[in-house]
Amino acid sequence: MLTYVLKRVLQSALVLLVVGLVAFSMFQFVGDPIDNMLGQERTDADIARLRTELGLDQPFPVQYYKFLENAVQGDFGVSYRQGRPVAEILVERAPATLELAAVSGFLAISIGIGLGVFTAIRKDGFLANAIMSISLIGVSLPTFLIGILLIYLFSVELGWLPAFGRGDVVHIGWWSTGLLTATGLKAIILPAITLGLYQMTLIMRLVRSEMLEVLRQDYVRFARARGLKDRTVNFRHALKNTLVPVITVTGLQLGSIIAFAIITETVFQWPGVGLLFINAVQFVDIPVMAAYLMLISVMFVGINLIVDLLYFAIDPRLRTDGKGAH
Amino acid sequence: MTEKLLDIEGLSVHFPTRRKLFVAVNKANLAVEPGEIHGLVGESGAGKSTIGAAVMGLLERPGHIAEGTVSFKGEHINGRDADGMRALRGAKISMIFQDPLTSLNPLLTVGQQLVETIQFHLKLSDADSKKRAIELLDRVGIPMPDERINQYPHQFSGGMRQRVVIALALCSEPDVIIADEPTTALDVSIQAQILELIKELARERQTGVVLITHDMGVIADTTDKVTVMYQGEVVESGSTEQVLGAPAHEYTKSLIAAVPRPTLKVHRFPQLSYGGRQIAFHIDDLARNWDRPEPTKSGTLLKVEGLTKTFLQSGSIIPSRRKFFTAVDKVSFDIREGEVFGIVGESGSGKSTVARMIATLYQTNGGKIFFDEDEITQLKTAKDLESYRRQIQMIFQDPFSSLNPRMRVDEIIAEPVKHHKLLEGAAIQHRVDELLERVGLGSEAGRKYPHEFSGGQRQRISIARALATQPRFLICDEPTSALDVSIQAQILNILKDLQEHLGLTMLFISHDLPVVRQMCDRVGVMRQGQMVEVADTETLFAAPKESYTRELLSLMPKLEGLSTEGLQDEII
Repeated sequence: MLTYVLKRVLQSALVLLVVGLVAFSMFQFVGDPIDNMLGQERTDADIARLRTELGLDQPFPVQYYKFLENAVQGDFGVSYRQGRPVAEILVERAPATLELAAVSGFLAISIGIGLGVFTAIRKDGFLANAIMSISLIGVSLPTFLIGILLIYLFSVELGWLPAFGRGDVVHIGWWSTGLLTATGLKAIILPAITLGLYQMTLIMRLVRSEMLEVLRQDYVRFARARGLKDRTVNFRHALKNTLVPVITVTGLQLGSIIAFAIITETVFQWPGVGLLFINAVQFVDIPVMAAYLMLISVMFVGINLIVDLLYFAIDPRLRTDGKGAH
Repeated sequence: MTEKLLDIEGLSVHFPTRRKLFVAVNKANLAVEPGEIHGLVGESGAGKSTIGAAVMGLLERPGHIAEGTVSFKGEHINGRDADGMRALRGAKISMIFQDPLTSLNPLLTVGQQLVETIQFHLKLSDADSKKRAIELLDRVGIPMPDERINQYPHQFSGGMRQRVVIALALCSEPDVIIADEPTTALDVSIQAQILELIKELARERQTGVVLITHDMGVIADTTDKVTVMYQGEVVESGSTEQVLGAPAHEYTKSLIAAVPRPTLKVHRFPQLSYGGRQIAFHIDDLARNWDRPEPTKSGTLLKVEGLTKTFLQSGSIIPSRRKFFTAVDKVSFDIREGEVFGIVGESGSGKSTVARMIATLYQTNGGKIFFDEDEITQLKTAKDLESYRRQIQMIFQDPFSSLNPRMRVDEIIAEPVKHHKLLEGAAIQHRVDELLERVGLGSEAGRKYPHEFSGGQRQRISIARALATQPRFLICDEPTSALDVSIQAQILNILKDLQEHLGLTMLFISHDLPVVRQMCDRVGVMRQGQMVEVADTETLFAAPKESYTRELLSLMPKLEGLSTEGLQDEII
C-alpha cells in the first residue's frame, strides 16, 4: 500500500515536470512580453536591460530550470502586468475558483448520481425517460451558451439572480468566501450550474448505464431471491458496485471542472484564477501562466491520486493481493 | 401420501415480444415433497430456469405467468403481490444460482451478506445473527468459519463460494430450495461434494429441492424424481430410475442416447432424432480435395519434452522478490500421427496452457516442442513459424467469444487462407463455400454474422475456420463444454470423422472423462501443472496406475442405470 502511494507520488512529480516543460516550450510562441511592458518611448537599451532583468535572454531550458528552482521554494516570480508576486495573486484568486468548482462538483455528483439511480431503477417510467431526454441538452450545449441563456433568463428577464461577479465576501484568514453572505450565495448559483451541468448529465448517464448493468448481475438476482427489500438491494448491493467504474470518470471530470472554469469565469466575470489566466494570456504574463498551468496540473494529478486510493477503500479485491484466494 | 411442498399445475409463462408471443413454458406440472430432490432436466431454451424464476416471482419483464397455479403447502402463491412474494422468497423458498463467482456481492464480506439476510428474515440481534451465520458456514462445511466470515468472496475458491451461497439460501430455514445448475461451473471433485451437501440437507431437514440441470450424470446420481422438458413442455416425468432406465418419450430416449458413457465406448453418437435437428456433414467430399502431406518417418507427429511455463504472480523491481507461479511443470508426451491424444485435468491443472504453448500462443519457459522432427522452440524467424502455424489449428471452448462479432462468417473462414497466402481471388471464396457446405451450414451462411447462429452452429464455423488451411494437427480445447448434450454429440461425431477420413492428428483437452473416453486413443492426466499419468485410454479407464487418476475416475458419474436404447449398433 505504502509503496503504491510512493510510486504514484513519484509518477505525479514526473507528470508535473513534463507539463512544465511543455508549457515553457510553448511560451516561446505566445509573443514578447517586453512589447506590452514598455511604453512607446522605449529604447533598445531599455529593452535589452529588461530582457536581461527578467532572464528572457536565456535559452528556454535555462528559464525552465530557474522556474523550477524557484517554484520548489514557493516562489513563482513576479507578474509582469501587476508587478506583484504571482503566489500572492494566486492565493487571492484561488478561493473563488475553488469554491465555484466545489459547489458545481457537489451539484454534479449528488444530482448526477441521484438521477442516474432513479432513471436506472424506473427504467421505462415516463419521468425517467423525460429526464433522459432533457439530459441531452446538458451534454450537447456548450458551456458559454448555457451561461448566457441562464443570465438572460434569470438575470435579465426575471431579475432574480446577479449576472456577474461574486457578491460580498467574508475573509477568514487568507481565504475569502462568498458562501456565508446572501449576495455571495445568490451569485454562485448560476455559474455553478453552468459549470456543473455537463458533468452532471455525464455522471447521470454513466451511473444509469452502469447501474442497469449491475442490476442484471447474478448477485443482485440472488439478493432478490433471498427476499431482501428493494431498497437494500438497490442501494446496498447495486449502488456500491455501480460506483467503482463511475469514480474514475468522475475524478477526471472534477479535474476538468477546475480547468473549464476559465470559460464560465469569463462569462460570469467571476474573479477566479481562470479569469486571471485569460488576462495573463492577453498580456503575455509568463509567470502567471506558468504558475496557473502548474496549479491545474497539481490538482489533476492530486484528484487522480485520490481516485486511485478510493478504489482501495471501495473494492476489497484490490486490497489483498490474491493471498487468501483459497 | 405426504403433503406436497411445492405443486406446480398447468403453468404457462409467456414473453410477449413485438413480433409474436413467445411461450417459454407451456402447461408444465411439477410437484415436490419434503426431503425429495426433484430433477428438472432439458437442453438450453427448454424453459427449466423459467420455471424456477416463475416460482420465485422473479420473472424478467415482460414475462408473466399466463395460466396455471403454483402452490406452496397447499396455498396458491402465484397471485400474490410484490410484498407477498417477498415474504415467501428467501423465507420459505430459496434459490441457488449457477455461477458461485457471480452470485455473491464482491464488495461486501461473506459475513455482512449472511448477517443482513438473517436479520431481515429472523429479526435477530447483531450478535445472534453473527453467531447463526458462523453456525451456517460451519454446517455447509467451511473450515474455520469464525475467521472466514470476515473475508470477501474473492478470497474463497469456487467450491467454497458455492457453499457460502448455499449457506445464504439456508439463512431462514426454507422448506424448498430451487437450485439452478448449482454445479455446472465447478470441477468434478467439487461438484460431487456440493451435490452430497445438497442431498444431506434434503434428508436432514426434510427440505424439498428442485434441481435444475442439463447434466444427466447429476440427475442420475442425485435426484429421486425427474421431469424432462423440451421446448417449454414437460415431455416426461417420473422416478429417476424409471425415466432414465426405461424412457417412454422419444425425446428422452434420444437425449439419453446422446450422453457419453464412461463404461461404453461407442463408434458414433446417435444423432438426436427428435425435433429434426439432424445435420449433414459431407466428409467424403472434403477428403477428396484434401492435400495430404508426406507422413512422418518416425510415426510421431508432435513431441513435447520437459515443457514448462511460469507466470509472474507478484511483480517487483528487485528480481529476487518477484514471485512466479508454475502453471506447467516439465511436461513430456508425444502424439503419433493420426491419433487423438487427450489431456484431462481439473481447472488450473495447466492443460490449456500446454495447448497454447504448442500453438505458439504462449512463449515457453523451458522444454522443447518437436513437430515432424523440427524443433519448434528453436524457430526464430516469423517465416519459419508461419509454416508451422499453418499446419496446426485450434478450436476453442467458447463458441461465442472465439468468433469476431464484427466479421462476416465468410471473412472469418477466409482469414487464415489469406493470411497464409494459400489461395488467391475466387479460389478463396470457393474454399470458404465448400467448407461451409461440408460442415452442414450451407454456403449462404457465409453472408451472415456470428450472432445469427446457435452455439453448436458457431462451433461448426470454428471447425470450418480451423480446416481452412488444411492443417495436419488440430488442437481442441474443451470444444464441447459450452454445448448441450445433443449438440455435443454432433460436434464430437464431426471431429471423429475428421480424424478418420482426413488423417488429422488431434490434441483433445477436456475435463469430461466420459467424453475423453469416447474420443481419445491415448490420455494424459494432468494435475497442478504436472503430467501424472499417460496411458492408452482403455488401459487408463480399466486399470489406472496413479492414485489421482483413480480418484478422478471414482468421481465420474457412473450412469449405469441409463437406457442403452439406440446405442446397440454403435457399441464397440
